[in-house]
Amino acid sequence: MNNTNVIYGINGPVVTVKNADCFEMMEMVHVGTQKLVGEVIGITDAYTTIQVYEETTGLKPGDPVEGTGAPMNVLLGPGILDNIFDGIERPLKAIEAQAGAFISRGASVESLDPDRYWKVTMKVKPGDKLSGGQIYATLPETPIIEHRVMLHPQLSGVVKSVMPDGEYKLHDTVAVLEDAYGEEHALSLCQMWPIRTARPVKDRLTPSIPLITGQRIMDTLFPIAKGGTAAIPGGFGTGKTMNQHQLAKWCDADIIIYVGCGERGNEMSQVLEEFSELIDPKSQRPMTDRTVLIANTSNMPVAAREASIYTGITLAEYYRDMGYHVAMMADSTSRWAEALREISGRLEEMPAEEGFPAYLPSRLAEFYERGGRAQTLCGDEGSVTLIGAVSPQGSDFSEPVTQNTKRFTRVFWALDKALAYARHYPAINWMQSYSEYFNDLDPWFKENLGEEFVEYRNRISALLQEEASLMEIVKLIGSDVLPDDQKLVIETAKVIRVGFLQQNAFHADDTYVPLEKQKLMMKTILHLYQKAKELVAKEIPLSKILALGLFDKLNKMKYDIPNSKPGMFDDYIAEIDEKLAEIAR
Amino acid sequence: MIIDYVGVKEINGSLVVMDGVEGVSNEEIVDIRLENGTVRQGRVVQIDGKRIVVQVFEGTRGISLTNTRTRLTGHPMEMPLSPEIIGRVLDGAGRPIDGLGDIFPVKRQNINGTPINPVSRVYPKNYINTGISTIDTLMTLIRGQKLPIFSGSGMSHNDLAVQIVRQAKISGADSTNFGVVFAAMGVQKDVAEYFRKSFEESGVLSRVVMLLNLSNDPIIERTLTPRCALTVAEYLAFELDMHILVIMTDMTSYAEALREFSSSKGEIPGRKGYPGYLYSDLASLYERAGMIKGHPGSVTQIPILTMPNDDITHPIPDLTGYITEGQIVLDRTLQGQGLYPPVSVLPSLSRLMKDGIGEGYTRGDHQALANQLFASYAKVIDARALASVIGEEELSPIDKKYIAFGKLFESRFVNQGFNENRSIEQSLDLGWELLSTLPRAELDRVDDAVLDIYYKG
Repeated sequence: MNNTNVIYGINGPVVTVKNADCFEMMEMVHVGTQKLVGEVIGITDAYTTIQVYEETTGLKPGDPVEGTGAPMNVLLGPGILDNIFDGIERPLKAIEAQAGAFISRGASVESLDPDRYWKVTMKVKPGDKLSGGQIYATLPETPIIEHRVMLHPQLSGVVKSVMPDGEYKLHDTVAVLEDAYGEEHALSLCQMWPIRTARPVKDRLTPSIPLITGQRIMDTLFPIAKGGTAAIPGGFGTGKTMNQHQLAKWCDADIIIYVGCGERGNEMSQVLEEFSELIDPKSQRPMTDRTVLIANTSNMPVAAREASIYTGITLAEYYRDMGYHVAMMADSTSRWAEALREISGRLEEMPAEEGFPAYLPSRLAEFYERGGRAQTLCGDEGSVTLIGAVSPQGSDFSEPVTQNTKRFTRVFWALDKALAYARHYPAINWMQSYSEYFNDLDPWFKENLGEEFVEYRNRISALLQEEASLMEIVKLIGSDVLPDDQKLVIETAKVIRVGFLQQNAFHADDTYVPLEKQKLMMKTILHLYQKAKELVAKEIPLSKILALGLFDKLNKMKYDIPNSKPGMFDDYIAEIDEKLAEIAR
Repeated sequence: MIIDYVGVKEINGSLVVMDGVEGVSNEEIVDIRLENGTVRQGRVVQIDGKRIVVQVFEGTRGISLTNTRTRLTGHPMEMPLSPEIIGRVLDGAGRPIDGLGDIFPVKRQNINGTPINPVSRVYPKNYINTGISTIDTLMTLIRGQKLPIFSGSGMSHNDLAVQIVRQAKISGADSTNFGVVFAAMGVQKDVAEYFRKSFEESGVLSRVVMLLNLSNDPIIERTLTPRCALTVAEYLAFELDMHILVIMTDMTSYAEALREFSSSKGEIPGRKGYPGYLYSDLASLYERAGMIKGHPGSVTQIPILTMPNDDITHPIPDLTGYITEGQIVLDRTLQGQGLYPPVSVLPSLSRLMKDGIGEGYTRGDHQALANQLFASYAKVIDARALASVIGEEELSPIDKKYIAFGKLFESRFVNQGFNENRSIEQSLDLGWELLSTLPRAELDRVDDAVLDIYYKG
């Protein structure tokens, strides 16, 4: 019709345009004279509905609305790592340089630094056939991560010309490709991708390698696979964010995408500060070299919060396509769901459960399905592991976001208020949590840590189960009346809880524990249990065994045995044998 | 040319609908003049072409379809700011009510503020010594933090807030650059007066800005009060380099005002009738605490909210807890036992504490002591639960020790005089003294090296 579409109505972040027929669904638009970024979310013959990603104060009916002709895109290329973006991939450092400490509206800065030179090595020569997703150039993005520049998945053709290796900027043409229709495409170091569309892969693989986190309860009792999905639900103060930080710091993924979705500003500044000071033990480089932060704090516009999750996953998929193992932490998906609810309310859609829109489950499913281990288009193997925090209203796990997330994730690390109140961290409740990856991962554990690892784990969780049912009795009649063998179960479970499951994130050694040490800790605890059980069977009173102080000693072995000295566990086992043999005499 | 629009189309609660309005911008402020000469202010909350919905701050009583003349002011809600605002008393919408005349503005600022860029924030690390054992030791207040008090009707949250203001020692702040912004939302006149008197007695009144929206003041104005207060606080902190403590009471009244506004606008309600955007709305207030790189000043918030029916899972405390960096929870049972301050230790928390305490800030053993006190007190609760079933007599010796520890902890550590100002060393030493009544093997959260120094059992 015409290109001068104007605002008709405004309601919070939702803007309507009358009598426009040139907009596409999900198209990105610029609203008002300040060119605020928005997205088309509804079209009827009379009205086009747009959600605006920025504060709408001061917009007027009659202000222009311009379409961009493309859906909400992000720019993918070198410069993403070691950067911090808002929910729609605007670099916050550049915005700060432009506008100061407070975020002004309509900030127009390019997502990635267009003026920085990258040291590019070309991987193709003229005449090579290239299909979508294949790598045509590489460059060192950070000292530890090689950026592999890939052909846009929808392109293919024959390379016509190639520039020599050397220093190039983001938008410089490094090669020219001719497609099947004879059309030429200039290839630069970057590409655009719509955030709501999953990037294609060649094949989906079953997840069979664990994501090693160094957190004992996660690695042994409820392991997650590379390419797996996990939910961490918990009321406020139960340590969701703390757990996400621990995972981001220590898990053995190549790339970390950390999405602060509707969370606290001070927390993001903490992440920024901590990560730049932390040195990755493997590469001896700052953690930020492998990390991307997306910070859309709770007071930043709600529509951008909704987009931040998609921006995060798109960046994650991009690095997966290069053949990396990526872990994405989303803190918190409940805020994202609430953003959906808020926008849905503005659109006056019919609400389903607790005011959430009826499409909440399908949106959650769409998101979690973008995780997984895959063979990429260029034939490498990569994965996206998704770990979403959930903040259930009133700590009630029966609310819609938690329940629906449970359906689409395979690991459930349930955080418990009572544990958090007693400052037992990580406050993961071992009775409510589960992992569905045992069958997929057990072969790996058996191969790399020995058959016994899985056996130890099963015995540990059996002891915890047994303790839970004994505690039911203790709660009613006290522990004094239990027979000694049952008391022994309770004492051992206490060692498991205090000495093993509880982990101190601020302790230099305990913050990350290698799998081998985890195994030896389990072994030592079970050894003590086994030996003590034999003595109890010989009617030696438990009080005598407890008086030896062995149980207390195991409680502190996580601190007393450095990660670098697994040999010390033999001394512990020898001591147990010796001391127990003494009383047996 | 200035146009007066005569009359309105529709009146619904605090909202009026007007038609045929041109050139209006979203969130713009309008002046509504009644026939009897009174002027009310309103804000444009929705626009559909030429039809606009205006929220009238002072309420719609006395407005008819024909007796108004409305004028657009051309700007959103702004707060006049100048250094002389310190020491003034304002109404809920930021207009002086102390009879000292208007504020001559140095600048005007949109009360909605703009979000602080996360990369510009300074991660808060300096602790504020409040002289209250439970807070200093177990939920340390940090400069630039937002730490609400979750209370209930009839509990001593006001005393606690006053005591914090009176005793707070902020590092880097002295009498010249310390200030308090006090926002009362829907509280009674007596309460506001109590705060005023207390500020006067402790000699800070000349550095307090008070914004009062009392319980009989217009409800819609209440939704502006915290925004005006925080705009003042940001101005004082980031332009005049002051350390500002913001006390906002009562957030529950604020949220209820928001609910009233939302339902009269016909919005789809979320939980318990509160609007779906309650989280975002509360966040837009709480997130205005903090510190910014390159500015020495700080905004520290202590919002007070009364939990309806003492229910911490109610949407208001629930959403607040998800936004703020911890909470101080008051407990009615402790209050009933005559303990002051009745801080319920276990659900209370300060998220920023871990980096603001320890060597160089408070004392090296602080974190270990705090962890152990929490863990041991949690066991007291377990032991009490057991005792209530089988009787205290039947408890094991160790459980009896915990019961005894619990009593001491509450009567000596939690309980403290309204005028008692304990130094951090006093509080920490008291904590160790109490822990020393338990067997050493029970203190499993503390390294042996630390125990060797402090354990005296």
